[in-house]
Order: sequence, then structure tokens, then C-alpha cells
Amino acid sequence: MAEIELKNLRKSFGGLEVIKGVDLEVRKGEFMVFVGPSGCGKSTLLRLISGLEEISDGDLMFDGVRVNDTIPSKRGIAMVFQSYALYPHMNVMENMAFGLKLAGSTKEEREARVVDAAKMLQIDHLLERKPKELSGGQRQRVAIGRAIVRDPRVFLFDEPLSNLDAALRVQTRLEIAKLHHDMNDVTMIYVTHDQVEAMTLADRICVLRDGLVEQVGTPAELYDAPNSVFVAGFIGAPKMNFLTGEHAKPYDCATYGIRAEHIDICAQDEATWTGSVVHAENLGADHYLFVDIGVSEPLVVRQPGKQFTALGTEIGLKPQSEHAHRFDGADRAIRN
Amino acid sequence: MPSSPPSGMSSRHSLSAQRRRAAMWFLAPMLIALFCVAAWPLLRTIYFSFTNTTLTSLYDGKWIGFDNYLSYRKLSSGRVIWRGTLADPAWWNAVWNTVRFSVVSVALETVLGLIVALVLHQNFKGHGWVRAAVLIPWAIPTIVSARMWGWMLNDQFGIINDILLNIGLIETKIAWTANIETAMLAVLAVDVWKTTPFMALLCLAGLQMIPKDIYEAAKVDGVHPIRVFFKVTLPLLRPALMVAVIFRMLDALRIFDLIYVLTPNSKATKTMSVIARENLIDFDKFAYGSAQSTLLFALIAIFVSAYIWLGKVDLSGEHSK
Repeated sequence: MAEIELKNLRKSFGGLEVIKGVDLEVRKGEFMVFVGPSGCGKSTLLRLISGLEEISDGDLMFDGVRVNDTIPSKRGIAMVFQSYALYPHMNVMENMAFGLKLAGSTKEEREARVVDAAKMLQIDHLLERKPKELSGGQRQRVAIGRAIVRDPRVFLFDEPLSNLDAALRVQTRLEIAKLHHDMNDVTMIYVTHDQVEAMTLADRICVLRDGLVEQVGTPAELYDAPNSVFVAGFIGAPKMNFLTGEHAKPYDCATYGIRAEHIDICAQDEATWTGSVVHAENLGADHYLFVDIGVSEPLVVRQPGKQFTALGTEIGLKPQSEHAHRFDGADRAIRN
Repeated sequence: MPSSPPSGMSSRHSLSAQRRRAAMWFLAPMLIALFCVAAWPLLRTIYFSFTNTTLTSLYDGKWIGFDNYLSYRKLSSGRVIWRGTLADPAWWNAVWNTVRFSVVSVALETVLGLIVALVLHQNFKGHGWVRAAVLIPWAIPTIVSARMWGWMLNDQFGIINDILLNIGLIETKIAWTANIETAMLAVLAVDVWKTTPFMALLCLAGLQMIPKDIYEAAKVDGVHPIRVFFKVTLPLLRPALMVAVIFRMLDALRIFDLIYVLTPNSKATKTMSVIARENLIDFDKFAYGSAQSTLLFALIAIFVSAYIWLGKVDLSGEHSK
């Protein structure tokens, strides 16, 4: 367990600054998720924390101690790589034990520890196999197991699920959440570009954009009270509907945002907007209607069940105004 | 009609037959070329080795069986005289020279090449230029570099003697290439200088195949770099290294040009190729030289097969992953 503090952290590659002064505090035992579009610097930030990249400027503190110049292995971290980074010529046991160096421990003690971790991840029957004989999900577990046996202060995950198929991703996501719970709430930092992963795993989410922190908060905070158009659009699926110009004017803002589930279908005479259904997506439990109200992108409306609305039907729409989001000309949220 | 296969089957069959035919057409030019430049000369040489052909009468040779390899004659005094290549001390001297040269030069080149490759694998400023520059010794034609080194090693005017004298390592000038004790050393030094870049290039290609993230994983886990080299780099580099050693070994076992130019006619460095050419051309023992060439071919074939078998080298590349 460790508390991590980033103070005006900066990183440049040559003349290009990719991390432009990040201030952030990761609490003890917290599951922090860095999320953002590709190129926002989230992986670089993780690599700065791990020590694989050198910090250009600012301070990185672990439990109040500056670790800028501490080599990775002395920081008490364990990292799970996107590509798993398993040693291809070693079997699972060797892979997990290779980095394990404990003062005065015997081979048996180390192996016992590997077996414990393997049991926890249900890969104890695979210990003799080589990585190429494992499935993607099993490799992923070995990579996580290798991190667990080191008993680190901080777990770092760099997009660990991006090489798995959709079903396995959901399952592994659950297991990582369970792992965080089981391991006495060890501090974890997790990088992803997938906002669903961020929403489901995180205690708190840090949304990054162009090397800067856009907003930090719990998943609910980010969903209910996004600070900016960027966060509002990034968090939540389907994407929040944004209205600008003439349509936003009545609400006294530059951009008016409303989520798909916060729009009601109503009679056309009491409707705020009217338009025709141009597309419909049925997801089983609910369905999305895409309604053309005369702006560049159709409005997405989420309705429960799978009632059928014929394409081309004219319908009236009304926002639940208590759930609406208003943003000023600089795309910042207007709070009442 | 029970005799004819279902139509689906037959169309698939004819499709694969078409593919086979197309493959044959694509392979034919290569097979013809290989037959003309490799198989035919090889078969001719093997044939000549069983005849008494001479250079002046290439087509008049008569079949004499294994006499060029080994034969004996009982003299009236009762003494048995063995003849043929396998009873020729000059031949066995050449075999010993060749093997010694190959093993030592390839071992040195592998170690040095690996070290150079490890350095070149690092990202430093201008590493592209250094990579290109390192290849220069390999790019120079052997005849040219052998002549160049011949002058540098010259006993009277050579710069190497001059340098060694000036820094006091030797007291009198040494005839590096002519002296029977130093001739092999000179050849080895020049060959290592010349072919280490090639070895380094092959090792570098192997190093670049190893994913970088496992080094990062080792770094995060705090594994000592020397342990990483022996436990991660070397095992993963092994397939590339084995192939590189085969290539070099094939080259080294048939070395000719460097020795022919640098230390002509020195007993200490004469290799199988050199002695075979000597017999073929200089001594007009064409059939005898052919027998030696055939033996050289057999030796290389046996050596490489043994190496591939022992090292389980995967030349097909099917299992490399």
C-alpha cells in the first residue's frame, strides 16, 4: 500500500512535451484508472511512475519520499504490460519466479509462493507450460501472477485487457476487481482507453487529455457532473448528445449536453424537439433511437425494452432538464 | 456411377492439381539453374575423382576406381606402399589447418560479433552511421583486404612491425605472413577483422527480434543485467546464433582467397581448398585434386548435418516463435 503524489510532473521527448504538468494524488489502497484517447499521455504517465521513463521535471512521491531518481526495482512496484511481456523460453513457473529475489529465500520458498499466486489465479495446472502453449487469457493471468508474487506496494497495469476478446475482457475485468479487493486493497494504477473499464473498475478516474489532467473523480462524479465537454463526451456510452448554436441558446449556454437516457418521448405538441427516426439499434434490454432534429448529428435516445418504432416516424422529444449539462464557450461546465 | 468421385471432390482435386502444376512452373527455372551451376559441376568433380583425368586431356580419363583416394601396392620386397589422398601427409596437414582455422576463427567471430551487436543494439546518437561503418571490412573484396593486410604485416615496410617496435612489444621485425609460427595467426587476425561485422549483423538481426517489453519487465523486477543476458537474451538469440555459426562455418571450411593471397604456399596455413586447387591446376593432377574436392565437400556436408542435428536448428523457420 502506498500513497503516490505527482507534483507538476512533466515529460518531454526531445522537444516534444507529452506530459505538461500533472498534479495528482493517488490514495493508499485506491484503484486509480487513467483514461483518455490515444496519445493523451496516459501510458507515458504510467511509465514515469514505474521508472521506465525518466521524469523531465516535477516531483514523484511514494509515501512522501521523492522517488524521481529511484530505479524501478527499488520503487516497490509491479507492472502488467499490454503485451504481457512473458519470457517466451521459460515455462509459467520460471516466468513467475524469475524476477523473484528475496533475501535469504530458498528455491522451495520461492516456488511455494508462485504456487500460491497461481492457485489464486487458477493457473496452478499450467505451471509447466510455455507461454506459446497458453491462451490469451491464460497469458494475462500469468502476467498478473508474476506481479502478485512480488508483493508490490503499487500495481501498475498498462492496458492489460486490450489484447483479449470481448467476452474474456469482461471476465478478466471482474477478476481484476476481485483481485484488488482480495489483496487487502493494494494501490493500483490502471491505464485504459476504454471508458467502460474505467467506469467499472475505478475507485477514482483520472481523465487525461493532451498531457494534462482534465478531471479526477469517482465514476459517478464524472458521469453526473463532468467538468468539460471533453469529459462529458468521453465518459458514458452511447456518447452524450451535444447541441450547439440555436438549439443551445434557449438554455443560456454555448453547448447543451443531454445523455441518451435522459430524453423522453412525448406528444409532438409538448415536445422540445421533433424529428424523424433515422436509425434504430436494438440491444435487447433497451434500444437506441437516432432522431434527426435538424442538427448535424442525430440525437440518440435510449428507451427500455424493444418496442418497434418504424424508421421515418416523426416523434417528439423532451429532455429531463434536471439531468442536462450546460457548457460555456470554453467548453467548461456551467454550474448553477 | 460408383467409379467417379462426386463433382465437388473432383473440382477440388483439379484445383490442387492446378496449384501443383503452377508451382512446378515457378520452380522449374530455379531447379534448372541449380542443376547447371551446382549439381552438374559437383557430379562432374565426383566422377573425375574416380578417373585418371589430367588437365590436358579432360575427356580422355579412364575409370580407376578408388585409386585417387586410397590404394596400395605390394612391392616384391614385401613392403606395402599406400598411395592416394588419404595416405598423403600434405592432405592431412591441410585438413588439420582447415579445421583449426575454422574452429578458432568462427569462435572468435561469434564472441566478438555478439559483443559488437550488443553495442550496436543500443540507441545512441549516430548509431545508424556506426552500423554502416562497421560493415566496411566485410564489404571490401577479400583480395583487396588480403593485399592491404599483406602490406601492413610486411616484415620490412609493414606498419604493424613499426608500431610494435616503437611501443617496445617486439625487439626485431617479424615476418608475420612468411614465418611458419605466425602465418596462421596472421590469417586468423585478418579473417576475424573481415568477418566479425557479418557475424555482428546476423546477431543484431536476432537481437532486434527479441521483444523489448520483456527487458522492461526484467527491469521493473530488478533482475541483474548480467542475469538477463544469460537467462533471457542468450537463449532467445540461440536460433539466430546457430544459423549464423552455420553460415560462417560453411565459409570458413572452404576458405581459399585470403590464404592464397596473404600466405601463399605456406605449409602452416594451406587449407583443403588451397591444396585441392594446387593439385588440380599447378601439379596437373586433375583427378587427384577432384578427389580432394570431393572429400572437402563430404566433410562439410557431414559437419553441417551433424551441427543441425545436434543443435536441432530450425532452418525452415516453422517453429521459431
